[in-house]
Amino acid sequence: MAQTSATEQAVQPASTAPPGGEAPQQIVGRSPWDIFWGRFRQDKFAIGGLVFIAFLIVLALVAPLISKYVVHHGPNQLFVFTELNEFGLPKGPNGHFWFGADTSGRDLFVQVLYGARTSLIVAFLATGMAMVIGVIMGVVAGFYRGKIDTFVSRLIDVVLSLPVLLLALGLVSACGLQNKGCLGGLIRPGLLLVSMVIGLFSWPYIARIVRGQVLSLREKEFVEAARAMGAGDGTIMLREILPNIVAPIIVYTTLIIPSNVIFEATLSFLGIGVPASTPSWGRQLSDASNAFSYAWWTMVFPGLFLFGTTLAFNLVGDGLRDAFDPRGFVRTYKQKEKRKSRRKEARVAPEAAS
Amino acid sequence: MGRYLIRRMLFFVLVLFVVSVVTFIIFVKLPSVDPAIRAAGRHPSPRLLATIRHKFGLDRPLYVQYWNFAKGLIPLPGLFLNKEVYFSYQNHVPVSEDIYSRLPVTITLTVGAAIIWLLIGIPIGVVSAIKPRTAIDRAGMIFALFGVSAPVFWLALLALYIFWFKLGIAPSSGIPPGESIWVSILKGRFVLPWFTLALSTAAFYSRMVRGNLMEAMSEDYIRTARAKGLSERRVIFKHGLRSALTPVVTMFGMDVAFLLGGAVVTETVFQLPGIGQYAWTAITVNDFPPIMGVTVLGALFIVVANLLVDIVYAFLDPRVRYA
Repeated sequence: MAQTSATEQAVQPASTAPPGGEAPQQIVGRSPWDIFWGRFRQDKFAIGGLVFIAFLIVLALVAPLISKYVVHHGPNQLFVFTELNEFGLPKGPNGHFWFGADTSGRDLFVQVLYGARTSLIVAFLATGMAMVIGVIMGVVAGFYRGKIDTFVSRLIDVVLSLPVLLLALGLVSACGLQNKGCLGGLIRPGLLLVSMVIGLFSWPYIARIVRGQVLSLREKEFVEAARAMGAGDGTIMLREILPNIVAPIIVYTTLIIPSNVIFEATLSFLGIGVPASTPSWGRQLSDASNAFSYAWWTMVFPGLFLFGTTLAFNLVGDGLRDAFDPRGFVRTYKQKEKRKSRRKEARVAPEAAS
Repeated sequence: MGRYLIRRMLFFVLVLFVVSVVTFIIFVKLPSVDPAIRAAGRHPSPRLLATIRHKFGLDRPLYVQYWNFAKGLIPLPGLFLNKEVYFSYQNHVPVSEDIYSRLPVTITLTVGAAIIWLLIGIPIGVVSAIKPRTAIDRAGMIFALFGVSAPVFWLALLALYIFWFKLGIAPSSGIPPGESIWVSILKGRFVLPWFTLALSTAAFYSRMVRGNLMEAMSEDYIRTARAKGLSERRVIFKHGLRSALTPVVTMFGMDVAFLLGGAVVTETVFQLPGIGQYAWTAITVNDFPPIMGVTVLGALFIVVANLLVDIVYAFLDPRVRYA
């Protein structure tokens, strides 16, 4: 398999060789993905995060069904007479509105459900965009070095020196505040605009990592071998180098998802994110900032979901990083051996005593 | 060193150029509203519009408009944020005046938060690293994970709800107009903003310090230091921490610079009249000279911090030599 990195190849025989060297069983070589999965599986926090994300995705997918068949109303339906009290203040969580009502008398539960959609769509779109741009930039810069590398590296430095939030606010508000959009209606307000803006500012993190990896990979023997066999630059980048940097790409892509989730929420919190008709946790929290003293639930539920989402992605990202890290593997392997020998001693000791 | 400094200065100019072009495009060219119409009030006569356009310089060719703005970004007295171009289209107050009057709030917020996140982040990271896999390490890392994941504005709302509304031990958000910055600090108006702003960065730093220190402690020179009989404390603080903290210096410089350019979210939630809030208000009404001013000032801070960090680096890390 092309994905095998040099370190993992070195580790693999040690792990598959039976410690006792007894009966010559069929030795099944474990692919890097087996090793990765075996280690990732043991990380309870990461699995927990993964479960939460899966749960959230399901909720986001079935949000229209829940709103139609379970609670029987949509996210933007107003319940001014039933869910606001005589002073026009929202009522708290009850049997009808599980998360209570928001300040305009909408069902906060349905709002939060639909908020998950917005959050996940923007996070995945933006991160996907950042990943594509980052990987292309990083691979090209690391592979060709020289002038191209200088250009890309300076570009990364410049983008990282920009006051990102202000520019993003400006970009989204320029194209989003009027319904006409900007660039002659080419870019219209909405999820795509917000995702594009976020993606535009978060690719340098991935590009940097990828560039560093490619710089060292391009000197490896297998690249030389591919070249000797007559492979062109494109083939080498796509078929030889790219498969070897899949792990860091996955890890760092996962790790920028939570910051992109917060980015979207921040833009919406400041009132310049997704359009007003699209429920967003950031916007719900922005509404709550004027209402939290008499309606705590408006602040708690969207916030908990937002926090849970970023936490889950962080947990998964950390788990992925640890599972892919070849050094981490050696450590856990040694620990396992230690534990095994300790267990053996414990088993032997009572017999010796008796 | 000389060549290095020249390269840095060129980069400095490049960043300012890119920022000015990008801000100009984003804030001046992209919006489809005419700032003159907004400034003219209801039912303006064409002549009034023309006068306002002329006053704003909107009737001149694009490159002249750009150059007028770009001139104001050259950090030289007399040129920087010159008042003929940089004034608010809303109330005609020069941008420089507004920025200078609001800068103390932003600086107070940033410096206070920076001190707090260093005081929280580094000790947690160090303790976690030297006692890995203990209860204290786990507690520290759980704190760090939560801090990294919690959005600032949510923390701010929670903090206000608990400490101001429920317990009544913190003042409400905002600074009354006319109150001096020192009085505000003494009255504790900055305590909640400081802590909420500091928390996520502190969490981030503690994770970084932990990782770096653990890696440093497995180096050969640490074994050497131990072998020559140094006390463990000396080994950790003098040999381990020194290399573990150098990346933190980079982060610190950049983080402070970013916040000096406007802690938009924190200033907005706590209603602090800093330059982040100023820029945000300007953005909502499409008033672009203030936004240009703040954005470029922010970029200036970042570039200067970058330079300072590199110089400090050379002192901290004997391996670094700039050629």
